Order: sequence, then C-alpha cells, then structure tokens
Amino acid sequence: MASFKPTKIQVYPKLGEKVTQDTLYWKNYKAPVQIKEFGAVTSIDFSPVTPHNFAVTAFTRIHIYGPFSQEPVKSFTRFKDTAYCGRFRSDGQLLVAGCEDSVVRLFDVSGKVALRLFKGHTKAVHLTDFTSDRYQILTGSDDYTCRLWDIPNATELTTYTEHADYIRCGVTSKLNRDLFITGSYDHTVKLFDARVEKSVITMDHGQPVESVLLYPSEGLLVSAGGRHVKVWDLLKGGQPLVSLKNHHKTVTSLALSSNGQRLLSASLDRHVKVYNTTNYKVVHNFDYAASILSLGLAPDDASIVVGMTNSILSIKHRKNQEDSKEIAGQQRRRPSYRVFVKGKNYVPKQDDYLVSKPVKEHLAKYDKQLRRFNVSKALDTALGTYIRFRKPEITVAVIKELDRRGTLMNALAGRDERGLSQLLNFIIGNLVDARFTPVLVTAAEMILDIYQSVIGQSPVVDRQLLRLQDLVKREIEFQKDLLEVLGMLDTMFASSLPRKEVPCSGIGRSNGLTQGEPSTSKPQLQVT
Amino acid sequence: MVEHGDIRVVHCGGSKINFRDPVITHDSRFLLCASGEAVKVFSTSTEECIHELRGHTGLVTGVLLRPSNHLQVYSSSLDGTLRLWDFTDGILIKTCVIGYPIYSFYASAKHENVIFIVASMPSDKRAERFQLVAVHLPQSGDQMVEAQELSAVLSGVNPNPAAIAFGRGGEFIASVNDLQLEVYFFKKQKSFRFFLKEDNKKGGWNTFTCVACHPKDDCIATGHEDGKIRLWRNFNHKKEYTYSTLHWHHSAVSSLCFTPEGTNLLSGGVESVLIQWRYNQESEQDFLPRLGGAITHITVSPDGSLFCTSHSDNKITIIQSCVKVSAVIQGLVKGDSIRTDLMMDPRSKALVLNGKPGHLQFYSLQRDKLLYNLDIVQQEYIHESGLQQFEVVKAALDASDSWLATVEERHQKAAELELNLKLWAFDEQTQSFVLNTTISAPHDAQITAMCFCQPADSQTTLLVSTSKDGHFKAWQLAAPAHTEDEGPSWLCDFVSAYHGLVPECCSFSADGSLLAVAFQEVVTVWSPSTWELLTTLSQPPGAVSDLCFGRLSCSKYLLGTTASNLLCWNLLTCSLEWTTSMDVRRLVADPLSENMAAFCYQSGSTDLFVFKPSEPRPLFSHKAVCSGKVTQAVFAPREEMLESCEESSQWLNRSQLYFLTQQMDLMTFTTKAEEDRLLASSKQTSLLLLFFPFFSQLLQTPAHVLPSTSYLCSMFVQSLLISVSDAREEKAHAEEEMESEKEEEDSEEEMESSRSKPELAAAAATESDTPALTKAQARELRRVRKLDHSWLAGLLDS
Repeated sequence: MASFKPTKIQVYPKLGEKVTQDTLYWKNYKAPVQIKEFGAVTSIDFSPVTPHNFAVTAFTRIHIYGPFSQEPVKSFTRFKDTAYCGRFRSDGQLLVAGCEDSVVRLFDVSGKVALRLFKGHTKAVHLTDFTSDRYQILTGSDDYTCRLWDIPNATELTTYTEHADYIRCGVTSKLNRDLFITGSYDHTVKLFDARVEKSVITMDHGQPVESVLLYPSEGLLVSAGGRHVKVWDLLKGGQPLVSLKNHHKTVTSLALSSNGQRLLSASLDRHVKVYNTTNYKVVHNFDYAASILSLGLAPDDASIVVGMTNSILSIKHRKNQEDSKEIAGQQRRRPSYRVFVKGKNYVPKQDDYLVSKPVKEHLAKYDKQLRRFNVSKALDTALGTYIRFRKPEITVAVIKELDRRGTLMNALAGRDERGLSQLLNFIIGNLVDARFTPVLVTAAEMILDIYQSVIGQSPVVDRQLLRLQDLVKREIEFQKDLLEVLGMLDTMFASSLPRKEVPCSGIGRSNGLTQGEPSTSKPQLQVT
Repeated sequence: MVEHGDIRVVHCGGSKINFRDPVITHDSRFLLCASGEAVKVFSTSTEECIHELRGHTGLVTGVLLRPSNHLQVYSSSLDGTLRLWDFTDGILIKTCVIGYPIYSFYASAKHENVIFIVASMPSDKRAERFQLVAVHLPQSGDQMVEAQELSAVLSGVNPNPAAIAFGRGGEFIASVNDLQLEVYFFKKQKSFRFFLKEDNKKGGWNTFTCVACHPKDDCIATGHEDGKIRLWRNFNHKKEYTYSTLHWHHSAVSSLCFTPEGTNLLSGGVESVLIQWRYNQESEQDFLPRLGGAITHITVSPDGSLFCTSHSDNKITIIQSCVKVSAVIQGLVKGDSIRTDLMMDPRSKALVLNGKPGHLQFYSLQRDKLLYNLDIVQQEYIHESGLQQFEVVKAALDASDSWLATVEERHQKAAELELNLKLWAFDEQTQSFVLNTTISAPHDAQITAMCFCQPADSQTTLLVSTSKDGHFKAWQLAAPAHTEDEGPSWLCDFVSAYHGLVPECCSFSADGSLLAVAFQEVVTVWSPSTWELLTTLSQPPGAVSDLCFGRLSCSKYLLGTTASNLLCWNLLTCSLEWTTSMDVRRLVADPLSENMAAFCYQSGSTDLFVFKPSEPRPLFSHKAVCSGKVTQAVFAPREEMLESCEESSQWLNRSQLYFLTQQMDLMTFTTKAEEDRLLASSKQTSLLLLFFPFFSQLLQTPAHVLPSTSYLCSMFVQSLLISVSDAREEKAHAEEEMESEKEEEDSEEEMESSRSKPELAAAAATESDTPALTKAQARELRRVRKLDHSWLAGLLDS
C-alpha cells in the first residue's frame, strides 16, 4: 500500500538578481542621511586619522563632517570663488584646497584662516594633494600646468607643462615622496618623478580623464574618463590591463573598498558600481537620485558618502553588528534548545531493543483535502490569503492538480460573489505571468463557461471580467509586438551569419547509383 | 537460406498472473494462480515461486482446490482438459479430457465427483453462447481418463468466472448475465430469474458484473456496472424477493467475496480500494486504499486470515485481515502498450521498460522477477477510467549507467501537450536513481527519439532529443552557475533544425564522434564537438524511420530503414554501400559484436534477419518469428559466453536477443546447445553424489553426529582439488593419447585437462550420452579414483 503522494509544487527559477555574498555585504547599510549643500558637491575626502572626519567641497565652502554628525563640525568659508578638491594631509592636521580664482589655500584643520596661500597658477586649480613626505603640495590647474610647492616657505619648486589640456585629477604616491600622477583632459595620464624634469610614463586613456586612483600596493593604477574605467599596470610600464565599460555616462569618481578587494566607480548616470578586483565583474550596483560627482568610502567601509549635482550629500552608514544582535535578542523568547532535543539525543546502548517508529508524514491542508477528494475545499485552502499573495505557485499547482484529476470544473463551480471575485482577482493578478499562464488560461475559460449565465447580476464580478478582458487584449498586443521584434532579429541574424557550404557530394554519388532525384536546395545551418 | 533447426523462439517469463483469481491453500502457506499455460505455486510469506505445474497445452483458465482433499488442486484449460495436481510436490495426478475448451469451472463439497464447467457448446447455433455443464468425473485409477457424463445445468451464462457462484455450500447456484440473475436450486431442480431494468432514472448502468453468495445465509450479493452492490434476499419466490443497495464505488464493481464465516463482504473495483462491509451492519466499512492497479479479483483463504487481491498491473497482494499488506507478488507489467524502447540496465542486467502508470520497471530476466519500480511521474495516480494522466513515453540509459533520461507526457483534449524531460543520476549509496533535473516543456511538440552519447570514458555526457516541432536539442551536464546551488544540472547546449523538416530518429556513433539525425528523407551527420553539419545523406523515396551505426570493425557504416528499404551508407565515401528492399520495423545493434538484427514485417508476420553490415549474406534468418509487427527488441549481453561453433548460432554466443510481439509477449531465441547445458547442470548435482562418496556421506549422516564445520571444510576442499602430481600424470596420459590421435586435437585436450573436476564429470556424462552407469561400475570408478585420476582422460577417449 503506497502512501499518498503530495501535490508537486513546481520550483520556478528565481527571477531578478541572484543573492551573493557581495549583495548581502553592500546591502547592509542603513537608510541614507541626506544633507543639502550650497552647490554641487565636487569632492569628498576622508581624514586618514580617527575619527575619520571627511571634508566635503561644495561651491565656495568646505565642510568637515564627523562620522556620525549631521551638522558640519567645521567649515571653511574664506574662498573668493568656487573651491575645489579639499584634501587632508596624512596626519589629518592640514587641509589643502584649490579654487576657481587660481589661489591654493592651506588650512589648519582646527583653525579658520588660511595658513598659507600659494599663488602662481593662472587659472582655476582643480587638483591639490600632499606628497607623502608631508612637506610639499602638488597642484594641477586649468592652465595646463602642474606644480610642486614647498609648504614651509610657500614657494614654487617645479612646474611641469607637459599636458596639453586642463588637469582635473591626480594623486600622489603614498610610498614614494617623489612620484605623482596626473590626469588631464588631453586624454593622457602621466606619471611624474620629481627627481627628473619630465614625466616618466604616459598612458593614453582615450577620453578626458576625470579621476585617477592608485592601488595600495601602487602597482596598479585606475583611471576614469568618459564611459570607461581603465586599469593600468605601472610595473610593466603603463600597460593597459582591463577596460571596463559598465556606465552609460561619464564616470566621475573612483574609490577602493578598504581591503582592496572591491573597486567602486560613480558616474553621471546616477549609479555607483562595485567591481570585483580579481575578475573586474560588477558585483553590486547602487542607485542615486541625481548625477554623482564625487564618492568617498570611509575606512573599513563604515560609510559611503556620495555628492551629487543637485547639491545633495548622501551618507550611508553601515549597520552595526550590535544593532542586529539586539533585534535578534528581542525575538528569542522561545523555549530553549534543550526542550526540543529532550530524549532525542539518547544514544542506544548495546543491548537495547530498538523499536522503530513510523515517521509520520506531514501533509499540507490542501493535500489532506485532495486525498479525500474534497476538491472545492482544497481550492479554497489554496486560495487562502497568505498562499494567494505570498506563494502563488502553490495555488497554481493545486489548480493544475485539480485539472489533472479532471475535477477543476467541479471545484470552480458553485461559488458566491465573494468567492468568485477572489478567484478572478487571483487570475487577473497572475494570468500574464509566463510561468502560470498555461494553467490559469484553462481555469479562466472554465470560469467563463460556468458563470456565463450569471453575468450582469453582480457589478463587482462584471467589473473584474472587464478587467480580465482588457488584460488579455493588452497581452495579445504585447505578444504581437514581440513576434515582430523576433522576426526583425531573425532577418538581422540571417544576413549577418556567413553562409556555410555543406559538403554534399555524397548525395550526388549515392543518388547516381539509383538514379534518384537529387535534392537541389543547399542545406542551411539554422542556429537559434 | 541458413539452416536454423537448432534455434527456437521461446516465451521468456513475464506471464500474466492476474488472469484468474488465485487460490490460497488451507494452511495459508501457498498461493496458486494460473499463469499462461502453467499454474504457479507461490509461498505467501516469501513471495517466491516454489513450483510451476506444467502440462497444459492451452491457457489455464481456472484453479480450484479439490473439496474432498485439500492437498490437491484442479486446474482447467482451454485445451479441454481438467488436471488434478499435488501442489506440495508439484506432481500431476490425473488428467481428465472433456473435449471442449473450458472457460471457467466450479466445484462444491456437496457435489462430490462433479465439476461444473462453463464451455461453449458447438451444438449451439450461435458461437458466443456458453453453457454451464455438470461433469461427472469417472472413478478410475488411470492417469488419463475421459469424461463421458455431461449434463447441461444452465445455458446462456457468462464465461467470466465471477459471474457464477455456489450458495450455502452448494444448495443453489447463482449466475448473472447482462441484466438477469438466475438462481438454480439443485434439490427442487428449479430456477428463478430476476431482471433489472435497462436503465435507471439516474442514468446508472444496472448490468451485473459479479456475484457472490453468503456461505451460511440465504443472501446473494451482486456487483453492478454503476458501482452499486445489491444484496438479494428471499429469492426462492418469484415475486416477493427483496434487495438492498450498497453504494460506495464510483465505477464498476469487479469482484465480490464473502469471508468464510460470512461476517464480512469484500468488494473492489477500478478505484483500487479494498472495502470490507460488515454483514448486516452495512453502514460500517473498512477501507484499504492505494493498493496499486485496479482490483480484478478478491479471494479469501479458507480460514479467513488472509485476503488476496489481484490487480490489473499483474500483481497479487496478500493482505492480513484487511489491515496490513504482508506480501506482494509482482509480475512483469505489460499493460496495454510498452511505449519506451526495451533497454538493458548494464548494472543490474535488468530489462528496463515502462510498467505501471508513471513508473519504469526493472525486470531481471535471469530470475524472472521484478527488481523494482522507479517512480518517474511522482504524482498521485487517480484511479478513474477515461482520465488522461502522465505516462512515461521515452527513456534512455547512458552507457556507463550513471544517467537515466525519461520523458513523460500528458495529452489532454483541449489543452496543449504537457511534456517533462527528467534526468536521473545513479546514487551509489542508495543504489537507485535520484532525480537530478526536471525540464518542463523541453520541446513544443512530442519527442520522437532520444539518445545518449555512447562512449563510457568521455568526461561530458551528452543527450540528444528530437521532436515533432522540427528541432533537435542537445543537453549537457553543466556546473552550477552559482556556488550556492547543490550540484550540476542539465542545460540545453545546442538547438538546430533542418529545413523545417521533422526529425524522426537520431543515433550516435560508437565512439561518440558523429551524430546522425534523420529528417524524414534526409539523414544529417553532425559533429557533436563543434556542432557542424558534416554531410547529408538521402535516398528517396520514403522517410527514414530508424538509424543505427555499425560497431567495431563495421563502424564506418550507417544503417537506415525506410518503409520499403534497408539502406547502408559508407561514411568514408559518403555513398550508399548497399540497399535491399524490405519493410524493416526495428533495427537493433548488438553492443558486443558487429551483428545487427532487423525485424521485417511481411504479409501479417515478422521475419528476422541477423547480418553484418560488411557482408552481403545474412548470418541467420528466421521466417515468421511471430505474427504481427515487432517494434521493440534488444540485445542482452550474456553472463557467460556460449561456445557454439555452428555458424548459424554463433551470433547468439555473446548476447541474447529479446523482442516484444504485438500481443506484448516477451520472446527470445535459444539454441540447442544452451538447452543441453541447462539439462546437464541439473544432472551435475546427482553425478557429484555418485562420484564423490564424501558428499553422500555428508548428506546421509544426521547433523548432530557430524564433526565441526571447520573440520569438514578442509576435507571438503581436499576432495575437490586435483593434486599436482595427478595433473602431471594426466598430462602425460594425454600426450600418450595424442600420439595415437591426430595432431589437431592437441589444444582441445589441454584445455580439457586443465578444467576442474566436476565440470569434467559433467562433460563426460554428456559426451558419452550413456549416463546409466551401473552400481558396480560406479564402485569400480570410486576405487580407481583413490589411486589416480587419469581415468577421466580415459573415459573421455573411450
């Protein structure tokens, strides 16, 4: 005697993106804190020392925010024009910033007034940075030059005029005090050595370079410009490694996650993409409301700060592990583990006689009703609120099972207005789902057959039937359009695929033996 | 034409055991049932077949315990004889020739030496008229007697054995036919007839299907086509009879049975539920659901402790007092149609074909026993006639037997076709197939053929399916895309079509480097590694219905069949090698040799040709193997090779050919040498006893006076061994002989002398053909054996 076999619930492939470790990691952020700045946020820089304050450059101001404050802890407002590129020194004490008026200002983080003014550029300075020995400043300007300055006596040390267009980005080496890299709108990225008079390596990016980034090992360089993000191997003399084209607008900013495993790029297309740095595949994607100009990542990925063109600064903080633990602690009010395993972990001794207990199989409620051939009740159970909304595949599986048993008509018949409208609601909601369509179309046809005599008696049902009609009409239109597109694609493929000659000499010869009619048409490979 | 005198076509196992109701013996230890031309005796506890009572030359139509001796059993057959058997020893006691085919028969303790048979009387004008005839068995000691005294009791009865029953230990007999119940009282010699109306108001059918009589009470239970059971009482009056109705079954009641004390009534039908009604308290019922196929017969053991139900899927279930299934005797399920190809499971050497609905059965041909059923559909089977359910239509096993592919389909009238392709992986731990991948709707239309890539050593397994939607698809085992998934699953690797033609069949070459797909008249040859179309072959007219690559030395040939021709292409030259005009319905290749078997349909019967693709003459041909078409056949590798030297039977040396006839009978070919060997093996044990006194001593001595087993073991082994000196002596002897004989027998002699002793003895016995050694001779031999063993060689040459 076989036991009852429960209804088979079809397992459908999950639609949408797959849940990976990365998705879990990058989704583990709180809702963003949004702060309105005075203008487009062009630069964000985190202080290298704790508590990792960050400087936000927007319009004529630089605000310094603490890790959790929503108000700026400090602001520098003594700029005559738009400020650019506020950067911390490696000890977190000094801050340098360029300006539209070509003057570079150096601030003490605790002070208010500029300590030094570096004058010499003739146009706006978009790039400022400290060298790793902490005594020099690198600047790059729209006057096509980049210069090195001495901090103590505010004098210009060297000027490089190799670029042929605006210099908009650059970075200094953290390991060597003489090396720095600049990116320019003349599509090149140049590596300079302060000990010689000219650039050491020149790399052609192909688009105006918006941002450059050095790996912590400084063997690899990342440059962003246009829609491309390119990775260069510096140890091989600037050989291109990878070119990524995942954004559909200009990439404006780059960042590395703290452990160097992930690379983040922000773009005007309002997305921040996260790449795996081993295979350079996109592993995650953030959406923002406006075009992104600047991106900052706190050490240990504690927060993601994004500045946008609509002068909004968005700060996402990482969820603390303690928080999640607290929530879990509140939920745990169940009996302890010991209660459940009581007696079950008893290991039988050698002489014990084991009485095998039949495993009681658990059947779902609709299966129990199906076993008793209570078809209407089984359908009612499957149409229960929870199953209907959360697990429509169960409802569809039960309908399919009833159809297989030939009793779907009986189960659908004899429903009142409420039951019928519930059923119709479900069908309207799921009919166009390609996974459920074949089953539900049968059910819908049966409903129309059964209840055609009562159409017009209930306004609710009538309205739903009209909705169903509209839905089917629209779906048919969609399918027609899709078929048209498929036809277009077929012609395109057919014209682009090279025609392949199939050796069919054998046909002629074999037919020659029997004087048969040779097939004239050439075989054509059709691959879909 | 090659002579085939020593090759015979024989039935091979898998006979029906649910044809007539089985009988349980008085001690409840044995179960007897009619099975083809024999009666099988099963043990009720171990489910094993103990005896086969053979002797009838026609289909056995009934088995009945002899009322006067419960260790004897009667059987009736369409060959017109009744036979009496002793079922504990399996001996035929008596044969009674009636002269008419017997459709069913009855006996009762009240009527001693009288058997009631149902036979169609030739005196009747209408051939379909059956009569119940009382036969007085002649009292004589002869083995073969002829019954002379026949007297008709009732005429116009139903030949179905369930339609007639004895009541109250033989006082009356009740017979139902169509809409009429007839009760005949033996004492009064009077019969009463009761009629039911043609149609009920509710549209039910009143036709009688079966009848049962209460053993103690005046009550007759009848089953009807509409699922009702009527209990008739007061039927010895013409007018004042009454009946009450029980209704649970939704379709026809196929069997009814009272328990021996009459306390319960058992009924069963298509629903496969055994119902136990309490007599006089009919509102109370016990159910035993989901017994398998539809119930066809119910019987109760004479002491009432065991029930036994026969099912339409060739199964007998033994139930202990309506609560527990204690044993299941399962035969080969043949159903109405075998839709999958016959296949051999290389691991278990079992025949694989679709069995009961939604299952694939593994049937051991050696043991003639069903090994197990694999549930393919995994859905609750609804026992209702006219309901379209999922059926297994195609199955394929890969060469290394690690993968099984099955296709199930369900055709509904209005709705579209539902198709599922399932792939099963063999699990070493549970020793069975485990579902790996389910592909719903793999094609838009029916799948016409499916095959695995052959080579066993290749890393990737490939499955190709062809469908009526004009495409063929290749499926490949792919590693999971994400690490969280459990294991590899099957994905579609390649889809292709050819001019919108419908592919009918496909075949892989033996090394897996070529794939041939037949698109109606055109055969396309593909390379599975690059999916390139290599060449096309065609030979109009007629669509190619079967394709087969040659094996081993003939691997350059590709064979195809059309409705009128058998074609053979040479793939090296891409030209037609030869063609012959015959209507080949099935072409099978022997996996172990170059041989091919072609079953051709010709004027109502099927001929068999066995040939090598490279040779123009067939190795073997057999006209009219069976009537009707043969569409399924398979070569099964043998356990041990035959050493037949005759040219015509050499093709049977490595494998055996099995095929299914149109009547769904499983047939095979045997050679004379094989039959001889079977006989010899049965003689072997007796010869052992004769030649080795040790065995007879061992068997004759009571167990409690024997020494310990460990002591006996070494003696036993010693007695079997040939000592080194003996062997050398033997060889010397052989060499002596050789000098006198011809030189060419040298190798044969050596082979013989190196064989083990018992086999030699057997060989000696078969060769000399005079097994009747006198006792004196035996004693002499035994004495000689103690001295040396060269007597064997001497015996061989004598």
